[in-house]
Amino acid sequence: MSQAYSAGLTVTDSIVYRIKRILPLKGKVTVNKGDKVKSGDLVAETSLPGNVLPMNIANKLGCTPQQVASYMKVKAGDKLEKGMLLAEDKGMFGFGFFKSSVRSPIDGEVESVSPLTGQCMLREPRIPVQIKAFIDGIIVEVIPEEGVIVENKSAYIQGIFGICGETTGEIKVLVKDPSQKLTPDLITPDCAEKLVVGGSLTPYDTILKAKELGVRGIITGGIDDEDIKKILGYDIGVAITGHEDFGITILCTEGFGPIKMADKTFNLLKQFEGKEASMHGKTQIRAGVIRPEIIIPLDFKEEELVAPTPKDSLLLIGGLIRIIRQPGFGKIGKILSLPEVPINVESETKVRVLTAEVEGQTLTIPRANVELIEN
Amino acid sequence: MNNQLLKIIATDCGSTTTKSILIEYVDGEYRQTVRGEAPTTVEAPLNDVTRGVVNAVQELEELARLKYNNPNIKFLSDGDEKEIIIPREGDVGVDAYVSTSSAGGGLQMMVTGIVAKMSGESAERAALGAGAIVMDVIASNDKRLDHQKIERIRELRPDMILMAGGTDGADTKHVPEMAELISAADPRPRLGSEYNLPIIFAGADMSQEKVKSILEKRSHLIITDNLRPSMERENLGPARDQIHEIFMEHVMQQAPGYNKLMKWTRVFTEEKKIETVPIMPTPGAMGNIMQTIAKLGEIEVVGVDIGGATTDIFSVFTPEYVFNRTVSANLGMSYSISNVLASAGLPNILRWVPFDINENELRNMIKNKMIRPTTIPALLEELVLEQAIAKEALRLAFIQHKEFAVSLKGVQTQKDISSAFDQQTTGQTIVNMMTLDLLVGSGGVLSHAPRRHQTVMMLIDAFLPEGITRLAVDSIFMMPHLGVLAEIHPEAATEVFNKDCMIALGTCVAPVGKYKPGQISLTAEITLPDGTVFKEEIPTGEMRLLPCELNKNAKAKLTPGKGLDIGAGKGQPIEKELPGGVVGIVLDTRGRQPFVLPTEKEARISSLKKWMKVLNAYPEQILN
Repeated sequence: MSQAYSAGLTVTDSIVYRIKRILPLKGKVTVNKGDKVKSGDLVAETSLPGNVLPMNIANKLGCTPQQVASYMKVKAGDKLEKGMLLAEDKGMFGFGFFKSSVRSPIDGEVESVSPLTGQCMLREPRIPVQIKAFIDGIIVEVIPEEGVIVENKSAYIQGIFGICGETTGEIKVLVKDPSQKLTPDLITPDCAEKLVVGGSLTPYDTILKAKELGVRGIITGGIDDEDIKKILGYDIGVAITGHEDFGITILCTEGFGPIKMADKTFNLLKQFEGKEASMHGKTQIRAGVIRPEIIIPLDFKEEELVAPTPKDSLLLIGGLIRIIRQPGFGKIGKILSLPEVPINVESETKVRVLTAEVEGQTLTIPRANVELIEN
Repeated sequence: MNNQLLKIIATDCGSTTTKSILIEYVDGEYRQTVRGEAPTTVEAPLNDVTRGVVNAVQELEELARLKYNNPNIKFLSDGDEKEIIIPREGDVGVDAYVSTSSAGGGLQMMVTGIVAKMSGESAERAALGAGAIVMDVIASNDKRLDHQKIERIRELRPDMILMAGGTDGADTKHVPEMAELISAADPRPRLGSEYNLPIIFAGADMSQEKVKSILEKRSHLIITDNLRPSMERENLGPARDQIHEIFMEHVMQQAPGYNKLMKWTRVFTEEKKIETVPIMPTPGAMGNIMQTIAKLGEIEVVGVDIGGATTDIFSVFTPEYVFNRTVSANLGMSYSISNVLASAGLPNILRWVPFDINENELRNMIKNKMIRPTTIPALLEELVLEQAIAKEALRLAFIQHKEFAVSLKGVQTQKDISSAFDQQTTGQTIVNMMTLDLLVGSGGVLSHAPRRHQTVMMLIDAFLPEGITRLAVDSIFMMPHLGVLAEIHPEAATEVFNKDCMIALGTCVAPVGKYKPGQISLTAEITLPDGTVFKEEIPTGEMRLLPCELNKNAKAKLTPGKGLDIGAGKGQPIEKELPGGVVGIVLDTRGRQPFVLPTEKEARISSLKKWMKVLNAYPEQILN
């Protein structure tokens, strides 16, 4: 029979971390297999086709689409400069009086000219795109014309939710314990360009001060939804984030509202205080789940880069779990039993449950509302 | 009818779970006997949808062995590369295997037309009816500038594009112009970078050659019959068929493991041949079963499937059993729950909550559900809140459906003196709640509500049925399976639908019209199956629940209050048999057109508690 389980978020002091850095379109890879790279190093680049601007030449010259070809002064593939003559008619009575003409409004090239509709497509110059390594590591695979795979050995923390894109910086822990709120007075000028660590909650005023002082990233247990709305200026509808342009990356390790950061996460961040790390806030919760991440590179030898085979996460008696919904959200417990038969919980929902020892009490919790803490 | 089919397996490969059911011919009837499920495996690390199918079918196999105490029952072949055994020999194998799929985000399409409200809307209807999510409708008159349209086409990465526009016999420059915009954008398909994007052209016959010359080299172009051959007629069938074919041939081929799965879905025919059965998009199959129910029962039906990410609404209204489907892509109960809050607004959600709650806490609760979508409400308060959110998601999705399910726009009508008074125009909604016979709910929050009474409450509050309407719920979410089964065996699909899938909840009676406070809105004299007679003059603002068990009817004489209507006209009485169900008969005099809740908080909470107590929706402790 099926075994219900919930894989938890990964928090570990050592992992073989592997990341694909791929171009949106085919281009040039600038590094070779075996190269050692820093997070800011360029690994691949390309240029995206420029925007297309349609111009209906027939309308502009007041002729039929079929006549357009004879009036065109450029053809598909020709390079363009702003103001260049695109088409010109023969003028009144064909003697060149009062000629009408159309000039290019952009730099770029001619994409196509249609005899069916009299439409001319102009394309703006290509847009360069560069992909950086994001982590310190080694290039273990080059995908020709597409990108690379970078690997390293890292301490690694997966968050539950984040906003804004990739950033790097030195880790600085600002709270004494994981249940402390990160208040504005704790943000000082020496936090500039750092990834700062708070405890249970980082409120709006703190975030604003951090942004003002040039903090690159905030790692927090919880955050209020109301504050996220204030920061972004809109309510997050669907959980696809990472594209925001707020200027400071925020990563929540636990969820919304004041929730104590898990001890394991807090202690790991404390252990690596002062180290350079990479982080991002990209979150997607649906097919192809993406969670925000903190990657803290460790010293390693190449032969250490062997990823262990992934194991299934199984709920077992004696295993550690964290409660991920009320009541008891955020609390840690030890599994005491795994009853086979579904039971009714307070909401009368009939579900499979487990019993766990949580802070000295025995609680019955739906299995769907816990996640496993890997040792 | 194929009488050889004694054992059938059907699966639905959803985004997160693959659900399997076994249908068997037992004692002269088709019944759903066993159900299994397993996580879908379309993504890394397994990247093969058939792994999840094997796991779900393996669970069926184990449960069937237990049920019949027969260790010889076997559906899967031995070895590492397991597959479903067809044909069947005794206990080994099955006679047919069919499947639907919405894994990996389902079928995503972009459609184009000339006039957004005419050919654009017809193209959208064709795509939605085929089971797609429509990412955008690009039309010549949609007020976007050409370069904006090109940018939009480029940024979308649909599975395919459906082009419409122009009536047959007429030449138009707009269709080739749109083809040129698409060609300039050079859109790439969502899955697989190595193949050309399929584009179906179902527009004006005289534009076919021009479109061909523009798009043939850059895409996989398919030309089919015009889906709007004249302003007065839609012809969506050929375009829908092409969508299904391309879904199978191109889109599914790109999804991990589907190559294999497409070879597995087969039926052993009466001619003793094995034939392939196409995989259908899940919503397409749901639409199929809705239409089958409506046609066989000669009734008007509205069905809803509320999932974690999307809410699909299906309707079939006579005459001619016009079918419509809408998908509200961002209204759902987990992944999209936060969007329900953003779209409906906090006050609209709170109006259904019978207690005070801190708004900040509610916002955080909703977001926590979004980021941990598989959690379930263990606390009663959280269940009530989730069901309040569900009511708003359903209400908003139904508004979208009513706006979309309209008569054809742009039809020329002859005006006479009488039409000048009734103000009828083209493009009116065809959803008529008064003539609606059956409202069917499906999806986790409706199918798995701890009390069926809660399902009734959510359906009534969200859809506001008018007059006399039967209510039902999909017992364990098997409508998609039956929809695809209907393709090879409609009788088996209908039999299982009626006996195992659809649970009758009861009947709702609600007078329509302007209510006055203190007025008697409904006089009911109802003889229940056990002979008890219920007789009451029910004032405005009340609800009553009468027990009337499943498969039994109550005899009712219903007289609406002055100026109100329950189907026979204002103030006219109706004598009718009201079908019962697991909940019973609900008499609702809270108002329709308009339905109004008290605006003052204390009065609203007090009314909600009163109605919830009557409906037996929640335990007393939360309603005192």
